[in-house]
Amino acid sequence: MGNHNVSYQPSISPPIDQISVEERCARFQSRSIKGETKVAGLKLALSMIDLTTLEGKDSEGKVKQLCYKAMHPHDAMPGIPTVAAVCVYPTMVRTARKALKGSNIKVAAVATAFPSGLAPLKVKLDDTKFAVEEGADEIDMVISRGKFLQGDFNFVFDEIAAVKEACGKAHLKVILETGELSTLDNVRKASDIAIFAGADFIKTSTGKIQPAATMPVTLVMLEAIRDYYYETGKMIGMKPAGGIATSKLALHYLVMVRETLGEAWMNPDWFRFGASKLANDILMQLAKDQTGVYQSLNYFSND
Amino acid sequence: MSKKQDKKHQQQAAEPSLDFSKALIYTPAPESSAHIRLKKQYDLFINGTWVKPSKGGYFETINPSTEQVLAKVAEGTQEDVDKAVKAARAAYENVWSKMPARERAKYIYRIARLIQERAREFAVIESMDGGKPIRESRDIDIPLAANHFFYYAGWADKLEYAFPGKNPESIGVAGQIIPWNFPLLMAAWKIAPALAAGNTVVLKPAESTPLTALKLAEIIEESGLPAGVVNIVTGAGATGAAIVNHPDIDKIAFTGSTDVGKLIQKAIAGTGKKLTLELGGKAANIIFEDAALDQAVEGIVNGIFFNQGHVCCAGSRLFVQEGVADKVIRKLKDRMASLIVGDPMDKNTDIGAINSPEQLKKINEYLKIGVNEGGEVFQPNCSIPSKGYFCKPTLFLNTSQSHRVVQEEIFGPVLAVQTFRTVEEVIEKANNTPYGLSAGVWTDKGSKIFNMTTKLKAGVVWANTYNKFDPSSPFGGFRESGFGREGGLHGLLPYLNLR
Amino acid sequence: MASTSTPKKPTAKKTDVAQNNGQAEKKQTGSSRIKVQKTYKIFINGQFPRTESGRYYPLTLSDSSIVNLCLSSRKDIRNAVVAAREAQEKWAARAGLNKSQILYRLAEMLETRSSQFIEELQLMGATKESAIKETETAIDRLIYYAGWCDKFNAIFSSVNPVSSSHFNFSSNEPTGVVTIVAAEESGLLGLISVMAPVIAGGNTCVVLASESKALGAVTLAEVIATSDIPAGVVNILTGTRKELLAHMANHMDVNAIYLHSNKAEEIKEVETLSALNVKRARIEFVSNWFEPKEENPYRIQDFIEVKTTWHPIGI
Repeated sequence: MGNHNVSYQPSISPPIDQISVEERCARFQSRSIKGETKVAGLKLALSMIDLTTLEGKDSEGKVKQLCYKAMHPHDAMPGIPTVAAVCVYPTMVRTARKALKGSNIKVAAVATAFPSGLAPLKVKLDDTKFAVEEGADEIDMVISRGKFLQGDFNFVFDEIAAVKEACGKAHLKVILETGELSTLDNVRKASDIAIFAGADFIKTSTGKIQPAATMPVTLVMLEAIRDYYYETGKMIGMKPAGGIATSKLALHYLVMVRETLGEAWMNPDWFRFGASKLANDILMQLAKDQTGVYQSLNYFSND
Repeated sequence: MSKKQDKKHQQQAAEPSLDFSKALIYTPAPESSAHIRLKKQYDLFINGTWVKPSKGGYFETINPSTEQVLAKVAEGTQEDVDKAVKAARAAYENVWSKMPARERAKYIYRIARLIQERAREFAVIESMDGGKPIRESRDIDIPLAANHFFYYAGWADKLEYAFPGKNPESIGVAGQIIPWNFPLLMAAWKIAPALAAGNTVVLKPAESTPLTALKLAEIIEESGLPAGVVNIVTGAGATGAAIVNHPDIDKIAFTGSTDVGKLIQKAIAGTGKKLTLELGGKAANIIFEDAALDQAVEGIVNGIFFNQGHVCCAGSRLFVQEGVADKVIRKLKDRMASLIVGDPMDKNTDIGAINSPEQLKKINEYLKIGVNEGGEVFQPNCSIPSKGYFCKPTLFLNTSQSHRVVQEEIFGPVLAVQTFRTVEEVIEKANNTPYGLSAGVWTDKGSKIFNMTTKLKAGVVWANTYNKFDPSSPFGGFRESGFGREGGLHGLLPYLNLR
Repeated sequence: MASTSTPKKPTAKKTDVAQNNGQAEKKQTGSSRIKVQKTYKIFINGQFPRTESGRYYPLTLSDSSIVNLCLSSRKDIRNAVVAAREAQEKWAARAGLNKSQILYRLAEMLETRSSQFIEELQLMGATKESAIKETETAIDRLIYYAGWCDKFNAIFSSVNPVSSSHFNFSSNEPTGVVTIVAAEESGLLGLISVMAPVIAGGNTCVVLASESKALGAVTLAEVIATSDIPAGVVNILTGTRKELLAHMANHMDVNAIYLHSNKAEEIKEVETLSALNVKRARIEFVSNWFEPKEENPYRIQDFIEVKTTWHPIGI
């Protein structure tokens, strides 16, 4: 089961030094991104967004409007790419699928008793299968954090492998919920477990708790992906989610991916932003770049 | 990709490799230099005013990244040094040693505050004159310099607590000679404790980087510091010798090469002058199997490529435990692929210009030596500017203690790499050098850290970090890396007589 | 000397007070412009609430004008301690150099406002000369302690040469929240001389200002509020010892108390109540705050705990 012949053992995961990771992240943020690089980066970031709505009060109408925005971020400005995917709860997949017909935008569904993951395995697998049958291209699952913190890594591993199987052709993103894992050592371990168990993407957060995505946890996860790539030749995708609301921050993340993994990951096939407010901030920055003046949110749709 | 790599790709099992060359190329982000104020010509700063050099000589200081002349600077001769020492002596006897310590402190606080206010201007001039990236001068050099003045200002009226049972007194006039790798910071490291302890100063900045010291003189003027307390005499080796040999200087502080340090030590023998030396180094940076490897690689890069490797405490000998050597080297090469060598004024530059044509020549000679000795060279595929003095970051792999590039201080972005197997072996090899300034240890195991720090013969040991400096942290070497400490309580000692 | 909440003179009628203040005004400015009178509030968590008890006590100044100060209650102490506790961990975590610069900046601001402090000291009975001397010394004392923030560790910590193969070091930590019952006779210098070392060490404090010389304390609070000192690090209350001393001493979430007193009953009360939670009680009576020996790093050490850590040296 899983991606690799060797089964996971904790000794595979190296220790992580938090202070040093934070210093490296500060260095990424001191990169100055201007001019053509900035415009290219902003457009790239926009194309990497999983436009998300995961609220208890979501309805078909809400999802339809979100999907329209996904396909038409800002028609007033030509040359703007569409986002990569729309991310919704399983019961909204069918609506999203229909609304996105004709576009290349993927439908991602959160599943496995999102966000807590505290449900029996059967429920989680049924949740997954339902979403896949409804037409989801991608499944974002949550790991069992309690079991992880107990040290029951086998449980966490087996669960991921089982969900991967239930996904069939759909891509599996595994949410580590880094905000609950407490240390970067744990983030590394959880990343390795997820990758070895079959994840196509590893993802930082559900976005339901603080802290959500941060640069330090993302760097650790990118380094796990890099080590795995060198061991096996297989690429794994990365998705930081939650808390990335500004273009500036999104560009810092792109710098981080660029300097850690390089060219091959710099596209929506291998890197996504889980975000909702980010799209409009990117549009505002692009507009400012074109017109030379600072913008107001009033001029951009807030679906 | 190289031909070798193309061929490999055609084979069944392609070896994974990462490509850092194409994605998101950073457009130049130059720091503006429009706001700085530089004179075309600088005189000597003696007794609180600007004084023409007695023999009327001036020399040029250039920008090593553009090779353009920035300004003309006065050539201080023996007479000028004599004038400066007389001014310093008079200021010491009549003003500075009589002033209550708490009032002395206020002048030093003022200097700190003024540096903070003019920080951006100082950072730009530092990068233009010396070649270091603006990111480093802005984020590291200038803030540390200001903090150094701020820290020592606070000691001025507290000396009775620094040395139990002693009644410390100032020494008198200090002659200080500083290098070109951290021009303003070294000036701060020298002047701040000297003044706090109640001494007056004659300082000579390095001939290739005099400008920030001269700007500091302007700040000193503005602060109202009494005339003669700090004197700046620019010049080259002869000026430095004049200071070292001057009979009315009580204490010499020198930071620079070990060779010159030895000359100075010899020159003042028998004169009764106090001396501190902060000289060269060839630090061992040691990575154990159980280290946080990615962060250790960051530490390697920081250790040898920070400030183009123009750092006395640079981690210039890498020791990596054999079991993880391949992995570490692979990670190091990947990391080096994203280092940008270029215009120091570009905010994205990681490695700036080599300080002078002479230094670049020296480094290139060592590159030749290293190749001739059989070391395996690696340099990333980065571009370097066609004008100015630049050197790519370089690795010499598979070296050993017998190689000259492992023994001798290169003072450039060149890292010699060796493997080791046991703790005892690496301690022995790390200490197998006449130097003893600094060392780095990377391991996740606490007891190993304390063991290493106990056994390594170095004045500064960095564990799971590198090149960290703080005004409160004593810095200095063992053996031929010099004696005396700068920073912290210990940094006061060289400037006091403990009666 | 128990102080009451009524002045020694027969209770001043409103019109008398108004007349007094009006006359004082005219004397000062000689113009017919009506001045805006100051409201003296207490300082908790970076803000200026009135005492929750709504009470006041009047203070007659040297120009015969009368001002009203908040007569704080134990609930104000309670609120102040909550603020101080909330702020303490973050304040302690700031680098020594950072604290140093913050205190130095406070001194910069005091220097700029020194004429206001000098004026108020005179209104509280000082001569112009002694007011200037007190203000200048207070500023210099603040700078003195600013300089200790990143240095006292160098003289109070140690690496201990234990006999076993262990790295053993003793480091300093602030004790936490300190209540300060400030000197009655020295409104500004006496307050700064204790407040500065307490916060230099990383503690936060709740200060009960001098009852009769409270003006400087309130103005100091205003300067603190506009400085870089985070909210809650220094809290300043005005009121009477008689009512509040016990509550400064018996609060279970306070780690130490500083009492300036030479009265046996006050000292006994504070020491007894401190036993409730093993509070560190520091008691003294300083007759001359201008003496150089009154500024020293041991005042910082008084509010520091020593932590010793062991770790094996080995492989």
